[in-house]
Amino acid sequence: MKLNRIAAVAFAALMAAGPALAELVVPSLSYRTGPYAPNGIPYADGFADYFTLLNERDGGIGGVKVRVLECETGYNTEKGVECYESTKGEGALVYHPLSTGITYQLIPKTLVDHIPVHSMGYGRTSAADGRIFKWVFNFPGTYWDAASIIVKHIKDQEGGDLNGKKLALLYHNSAYGKEPIRTLQELAKKHGYELTLLPVDHPGQEQKSQWLQIRRERPDYVIMWGWGVMNQVAIQEAANIRFPMDHFIGVWWSGSENDVLPAGDGADGYKAIAFHPPGTDAPLFADIKKYVLDAGKAAGDGSHFGEVLYNRGMYAAITVAEAIRTAQQMNNVKEITPTMMRDGLENLVIDAKRWEEIGWPGNPEIHVTCANHGGPGLGAIQQWDAKTKTWSLITPFMEADREVVDALIAEDAAAFAKENNITPRECK
Amino acid sequence: MFYREVGDFKTSYAEDQQTFPIAFDRWRYYVVIAVAFLVIPFIINDYWEKSVLLPFLVFSIAAIGLNILTGYCGQVSLGTGGFMAVGAYACYKLMTGFPELNIFFVVILSGFVTAAVGMVFGLPSLRIKGFYLAVATLAAQFFLVWLFNKVPWFYNYSASGQINAPERTVFGIAVTGAASPSWATYLFCLVFVFALAWAARNMTRGPLGRKWMAIRDMDIAAEIIGVSPLSTKLTAFAVSSFFIGIAGALYFSVWFGAVEVTEAFGINQSFRVLFMVILGGLGSIFGSFAGAAFLVLLPVFLKNVMVGALGWSTAIAANLELVIVGGLIVFFLIAEPHGLAALWRTAKEKLRLWPFPY
Amino acid sequence: MSDQLLFSIEAAINGLMTGILYALVALGFVLIFKASEIFNYAQGVMALFAALTLVGLQKGQVPFAELINAIFGTNIHEFGWEMPTALALLLTIGVMVLFAILVERIVLRHLVNQAPIILFMATIGLAFFMEGFGDLMWGSDIKALDIGLPKGLSETVDQTTFEWFGYGFFIDRLDVAAAIVAAVLVTALVLFSQYTRIGRALRAVADDHQAALSVGISLRLIWVIVWAVAGFVALVAGAMWGAKSGVQFSLSLIALKALPVLMLGGFTSIPGAIVGGLIIGAGEKLFELWVGPLIGGATENWFAYMLALVFLVFRPQGLFGEKIIERV
Repeated sequence: MKLNRIAAVAFAALMAAGPALAELVVPSLSYRTGPYAPNGIPYADGFADYFTLLNERDGGIGGVKVRVLECETGYNTEKGVECYESTKGEGALVYHPLSTGITYQLIPKTLVDHIPVHSMGYGRTSAADGRIFKWVFNFPGTYWDAASIIVKHIKDQEGGDLNGKKLALLYHNSAYGKEPIRTLQELAKKHGYELTLLPVDHPGQEQKSQWLQIRRERPDYVIMWGWGVMNQVAIQEAANIRFPMDHFIGVWWSGSENDVLPAGDGADGYKAIAFHPPGTDAPLFADIKKYVLDAGKAAGDGSHFGEVLYNRGMYAAITVAEAIRTAQQMNNVKEITPTMMRDGLENLVIDAKRWEEIGWPGNPEIHVTCANHGGPGLGAIQQWDAKTKTWSLITPFMEADREVVDALIAEDAAAFAKENNITPRECK
Repeated sequence: MFYREVGDFKTSYAEDQQTFPIAFDRWRYYVVIAVAFLVIPFIINDYWEKSVLLPFLVFSIAAIGLNILTGYCGQVSLGTGGFMAVGAYACYKLMTGFPELNIFFVVILSGFVTAAVGMVFGLPSLRIKGFYLAVATLAAQFFLVWLFNKVPWFYNYSASGQINAPERTVFGIAVTGAASPSWATYLFCLVFVFALAWAARNMTRGPLGRKWMAIRDMDIAAEIIGVSPLSTKLTAFAVSSFFIGIAGALYFSVWFGAVEVTEAFGINQSFRVLFMVILGGLGSIFGSFAGAAFLVLLPVFLKNVMVGALGWSTAIAANLELVIVGGLIVFFLIAEPHGLAALWRTAKEKLRLWPFPY
Repeated sequence: MSDQLLFSIEAAINGLMTGILYALVALGFVLIFKASEIFNYAQGVMALFAALTLVGLQKGQVPFAELINAIFGTNIHEFGWEMPTALALLLTIGVMVLFAILVERIVLRHLVNQAPIILFMATIGLAFFMEGFGDLMWGSDIKALDIGLPKGLSETVDQTTFEWFGYGFFIDRLDVAAAIVAAVLVTALVLFSQYTRIGRALRAVADDHQAALSVGISLRLIWVIVWAVAGFVALVAGAMWGAKSGVQFSLSLIALKALPVLMLGGFTSIPGAIVGGLIIGAGEKLFELWVGPLIGGATENWFAYMLALVFLVFRPQGLFGEKIIERV
């Protein structure tokens, strides 16, 4: 009985493997089910739709079609590892693990399997140090960049002085949520503000005590590192206690339509940091609409088109596509290997002109180098308008406090190198 | 035809008392062991290791552990995830605190640490029974997870609270860390599974197991005939936690290598192991294996069929997977409430008489 | 009065309000456990499912849209009408009754006289099934639920308390509404079980299955009714929680909040569920506020369980549970 089952699994696995044609394989570890599905769906749709666009409009990248290999993780590390193991044999070029847990799983594996991992704006922050993390990328920005940019924005709003101000960090009580604490503490020393930490346990359905505390202590600003249902509840509770919404700033995973819509008008003025512009004004979106949505080839039902997380999925896809292009040009071949892909990522340059060609101007330039995998580390603040139901950028893209962040990155990366006996490589 | 006692004469008490009294059964067992130790290590690859075999082995240990507590001693526990976390964190602290100590002993020591914690949380079982106890063990589950997430000492003050297993070797071959070969991690876990299953089997046959079962069947009656509920329940908690702690240590160090406590050892894990025990069969070592195999392989199998072979969208497949697993659980409970082990027993009975059933 | 005290009172009141919401979920467990000794783990998922159905009907979503589109290559998502809330509520109740009938037919009928743990497992299987099924049917997006309940800070309370103490209390109007709904619901349930024929039959079954059977009460009918009522309670709980955070998958996790309430109040007592909910709601808020900061916060997940655990050691059958009598 058991043997039969194993044989059937083997058979199914063989079927899944299939013959390898000339194509570029990009796995997408998505999560369309489970508690975080509302966030996972738009992202996965955007990611897949951009490649569909390239295939339909340009016939792939450099004439080679892209195959997006979607695998459902449910935001669960065990399933994520299963996805990784089952797709890595198919010529997967780069992994976007899309969860902190899975990223930490894959980081050591990159050294053995030699497939690059790009944790775009999440995962292990110190992976920005390319000398130690040769195979891991996390451009265009890290959580520590985000924390320092948020503080910078607050400082700008307060007329350049944060002395004696009170900031509160409301965070998801997990590896992800704890990321900004060190940075915010270091910055507190520098700018002289007072930091209150308010952890919220998974799932975050109930946050009365945290918000009563906020209501009583009246911090000048609340910064949020939330995820899933925690975001919606937090924004609702903030509206309930009439906390000034423009003093409530979320990280880039706490700033999508999903998070603000349930709170209705109460969410008006809520802010979040972003590393790409929201909205669908750019010419690229018209192309997506024409070649993908209207042609009935969308990955999802098309209802998420243009949402913040949809755009983020597209942004991720663009970095992959551009890195593939770079790798093709560098090696002068059409089909590339994961190792070439790594070189492509490391030499990736998307300047303003290239963004224009892609059709999405307004994005900050990306310039990855051997030493800096966390590249440019820019972020802008976007604000929610509940009447028009749109996000819009209210600041230009700002730079992080490199002095503080880089020191922290160097320290953490060195610790990792020591733990794993890695000698930092030389970067020219 | 198969499984027949005919012609299988026993000439000593020892022979009569052995675990597999029927010759055919014994030989089948030897073949399984031989295949597991001598054949699989040569054909294993990364996918089978990480997605099928290691999960199966690790969860088998956990399921045997919980089966001792729930199946043999009758104490329902939903704290398995928390106890696995104790094993994992004990393993991490020992690995990083004593780098020279062989990983083999680290894992065993982690088991002992978990046993001690398990006994503490087993104390309320003397007063609380049935579902109240099940829910009470959830206190252990939530408290332990919170503790490991909150106290930085447990994760060596790392920035995010993730723990990472450094590379450790046995006889010069890496069994933890990303560079460890598949066959080595597999064999490492298999040795534990073999030893622990053997120990569990013999413990449950011996006086200790009989005491557990007496308590399970009726604790007041057992107390009257001289079985001490205190020591019996606590030994069950200790032995069970020892097993679960080892499962947790292997889960963290060998299978994953990096773990975040809130995600890896949450309440879902507790439910999953309890499922394995009940679907496999309460009070059966074989059932623990069968349950673990069922719940580890079924989702992987369904996923491969629906997404891989049929090419359905991953979201629909994942939801259908839940529907099918849930449906099958209900179906199995209706068809055979005593689990896969009971089905196996029935099959053996049938095979014994086959092809002449009368 | 001192600031500290005032703030504690505010937190306690808010905790009591939250406690009522916990009790709403716990109530569903109690109803089913009383009538059939089944510990129904699927209660949380039932709440999710009911809320999903309510929103889906209200917004005119096509059930199984994704599946239908995948199989037939169509592209349908919405019927294009908006249903009045009352009608949607009625239809959802209908769906929950249907669900109760199906559960009895397909699952419970075949599991009569099994050990409690087997039944418990069956309900977990059911929970898995419904999670997947609900997602397939209505999709996994977050859906904003608006059934016309007031939301946000209550001005009156804020001002009155400000005049009295110089410190305005925060009370969420949604919590007040939920408390009223819960009170009405409990009263209705009590009246139902005291003064109607079916209610008496319910209590008879809860007292003694065998005896109830022997006087001609149909156990199956009672089970269907109990599950339907539990489905209705789940709908109310789901709607209340859904109004707070939008209807989404995480709603099913509120079952975990209800378990310590049950332990504390006893599995078989409706007043127990209410009192347990209140104790836990207020207790966890105060603990988080005064002890939480000392030990790092986020204690709410385990505090309720620990409180219940300590409590049970002294009173193993819960606050209002029937005394456990054991004979050899």
